[in-house]
Amino acid sequence: MPEVLPAAVLEVACLVKRYPTGDLALRDVNLRIGRGEVVALIGPSGAGKSTLIRCVNRLVQPTSGSVRLDGAEVTGLGSTALRRERRRMGMIFQEYALIERLTVMENALSGRLGYTGFWRSWFRRFPQADVAEAFALLDRVGLKEMANKRADALSGGQRQRVGIVRALMQRPELLLVDEPTASLDPKTSRQIMRLILELCTERGLAAIINIHDVALARQFAQRIVGLRAGAIVFDGPPDSLDAAALTAIYGDEDWSATLGQGRKATDEEEEHHSTVPDVERLAGLA
Amino acid sequence: MSASHATSNPYAAQAAGWRPPPLIGSRALRWALLLGGLAWFVAALVTMEINWARAAEGWQRGARFLAAFVPPDFVSKWDDIAEGLLESVMMTVVSTVLGLVLSVPVAVGAARNLAPRPVYLLCRAVLVVSRTFQEVLIAILFVAMFGFGPLAGTLTLAFATIGFVGKLLAEDIEATDPAQLEAMRATGGSWLQGLAWGILPQVKPRLLGLSLYRVDINFRESAVLGIVGAGGIGATLNTSLDRYEFDTAAAILLLIILIVMACEYASGVIRRAAL
Amino acid sequence: MSANTEARTQDVVWRRRTPMGDLLAWGAWLAIVLATVLSFRQISDATIWDFVWDAPQQGADLLSRAVPPRWSYASVLWKPLWDTVNMATLGTLLAVILGIPVAVLAARNTTPSVLLVRPLALFVIVASRSINSLIWALVLVVIIGPGPLAGTLAIALRSVGFIGKLLYEAIEEIDPVQVEAVEATGATRAQVLSWGILPQVAPAIAGIGVFRWDINIREATVLGLVGAGGIGLQLEGSVATLAWPQVSVILLLILATVVVSEWVSARVRKAIT
Repeated sequence: MPEVLPAAVLEVACLVKRYPTGDLALRDVNLRIGRGEVVALIGPSGAGKSTLIRCVNRLVQPTSGSVRLDGAEVTGLGSTALRRERRRMGMIFQEYALIERLTVMENALSGRLGYTGFWRSWFRRFPQADVAEAFALLDRVGLKEMANKRADALSGGQRQRVGIVRALMQRPELLLVDEPTASLDPKTSRQIMRLILELCTERGLAAIINIHDVALARQFAQRIVGLRAGAIVFDGPPDSLDAAALTAIYGDEDWSATLGQGRKATDEEEEHHSTVPDVERLAGLA
Repeated sequence: MSASHATSNPYAAQAAGWRPPPLIGSRALRWALLLGGLAWFVAALVTMEINWARAAEGWQRGARFLAAFVPPDFVSKWDDIAEGLLESVMMTVVSTVLGLVLSVPVAVGAARNLAPRPVYLLCRAVLVVSRTFQEVLIAILFVAMFGFGPLAGTLTLAFATIGFVGKLLAEDIEATDPAQLEAMRATGGSWLQGLAWGILPQVKPRLLGLSLYRVDINFRESAVLGIVGAGGIGATLNTSLDRYEFDTAAAILLLIILIVMACEYASGVIRRAAL
Repeated sequence: MSANTEARTQDVVWRRRTPMGDLLAWGAWLAIVLATVLSFRQISDATIWDFVWDAPQQGADLLSRAVPPRWSYASVLWKPLWDTVNMATLGTLLAVILGIPVAVLAARNTTPSVLLVRPLALFVIVASRSINSLIWALVLVVIIGPGPLAGTLAIALRSVGFIGKLLYEAIEEIDPVQVEAVEATGATRAQVLSWGILPQVAPAIAGIGVFRWDINIREATVLGLVGAGGIGLQLEGSVATLAWPQVSVILLLILATVVVSEWVSARVRKAIT
């Protein structure tokens, strides 16, 4: 951790979530995320990763504790005020969660719902500036030509790009990313992760990324937080994530291959950089 | 953001050109459907002869009718109500059983994978006739043939049951896995054994579901057949409405709703227990 | 080896069900048979069997009098037929408009209150479904007077429950993550309904509507019997005056209409899915 903390965009304190079934999903989680900081949240299935990021935008109602976005308390907000805060947090989902029967453009524009009145959104009369921004972002992720295709006609990687555009359309300060690559093949996974990282850098966005794949997390995140049974058991830069830390998070296992693989993957990526054309184009635009 | 400002011009032009995709692709067809629909709507409303003065009176009567539900009068016509309901229930039982017994062979005959062509066509014809005409129309004919009373109603419902269960069951039989029937035939079983072991286990859940659903439908239908003299609670209801005895009518309607709810609940329980 | 298996098979008694299950199954069958026999005896008591034995002759007699159909009568039937189709169509449209909010209130995942609003919406659905459209027509003719308006409303009132039931089941089966995604953008409740849920159930709404429309064409043919408009009135008149050649024309016309509507309905439903 750096000595001088950057201004926090998100502060989670003493967060507890107990489901009606009695399961304690989060026990006293404290987390502080600085402006522009990209944090990977790792941990075994059921550790509470998904619950944690859903507590931030209150898709899941926390039992107790505090969530502050830019200093403003999010827990306990009324529905109107909550919607206003949700606009500042873009969310990217595991199974893309696109509105399958609507077009790519409509899905992108749905990121502006929080800023648009009901009837305007009903008749798809979004402000010209929003439509223009959607085109710009779709172009940025390489999907401009797909604008009028239905979302269910797209491949997995393309859908996740639309999901990213939707989140960015909110002009958020924070991205909540829930297992963005769990349904994608390894190559597409890396492309998507890199895209998210690039966009975060371009826009100075902070992000919490839930991720299963430890190698991906080490490769892309600036900071890694390990969650086990609803509590944070590791918090530090990727380099300090050693076998002992992984054992603390996941339990006993021979971690040498996993730790090695992370470095190997990075090397492979270096080669990829020159061969994947759309990455070049993306870099050029940035 | 300033960088994208410079490049926002091409996007702005594109944005201005973007329209939400229409439901119907062809412009001509879209307009034709819209105008045609509108023309039909206006024509339908204009040609519908509505006696507005009489309809306006309806508010008062409607209010009176609703008021009759609190409290409904179960007492003063109870004997008629009980007799009518009991008759409806009995018609339901007999017609469902009779209809099911008959619909199974018809369904087998109407299944393309089991029946020879002439049998198939005959059974399909029976199903089409049964499904085309509303129960009440059949009841009118049956009353003319068998005379007034619950028998005409029972036969009507049994006939309608054949059409309903027969068609859906035939579709289910056609969708069965042919390998299972083949396997039973391969063991040397007879044609009937083939049905019982190769087909029946596959369609049994559907058959049970359809039967239970049909009990429900038959009861609801039995409540109207009385209007044309084919027995059941309908006659009592018709009389009470004719005489403006709304509180008795309310009682009957509530009882019908209650019995249907009970049927639905029971069928849910049976389905869970049997499957 | 073979002696061994034989010895064991003698010990094992194979049963399809447990003894208790056996008892229950037999009990259920017995109850059904008993109820049927008892009910049939009652119905039989209320029947004049002489008429019944006469039925084949009566039927043959009816048929001979109904053939040939009096085709010239068809000219009087076009307007009632037009009314019948309109009643079915307008009634279905009205029922779709009313059924959508009822379904939203009844579905577990969209209702504002599971304890208060949902049971109410479910009751509306079951009440609407329990009462046959002919009974609704009977009630409405008394309230707002005879004519196709009563028929249209009767069709609508009966169909609300049908559409509401199928639609709320469809709403409960939608993908909840798409809804979550729309919620996460900061959308209002109304926007969540129109963006997160409506696109998912739109095909279901169209399919259910067309399916019910097809049923309603049939239903509308008899509403005239109680004065609620449509071709049933002519049927009633013809039966009452024993004008069987006219009855056969009416029935053939209904047959044609129903066959066409079924074809249209099947085509539309195929196009949707």
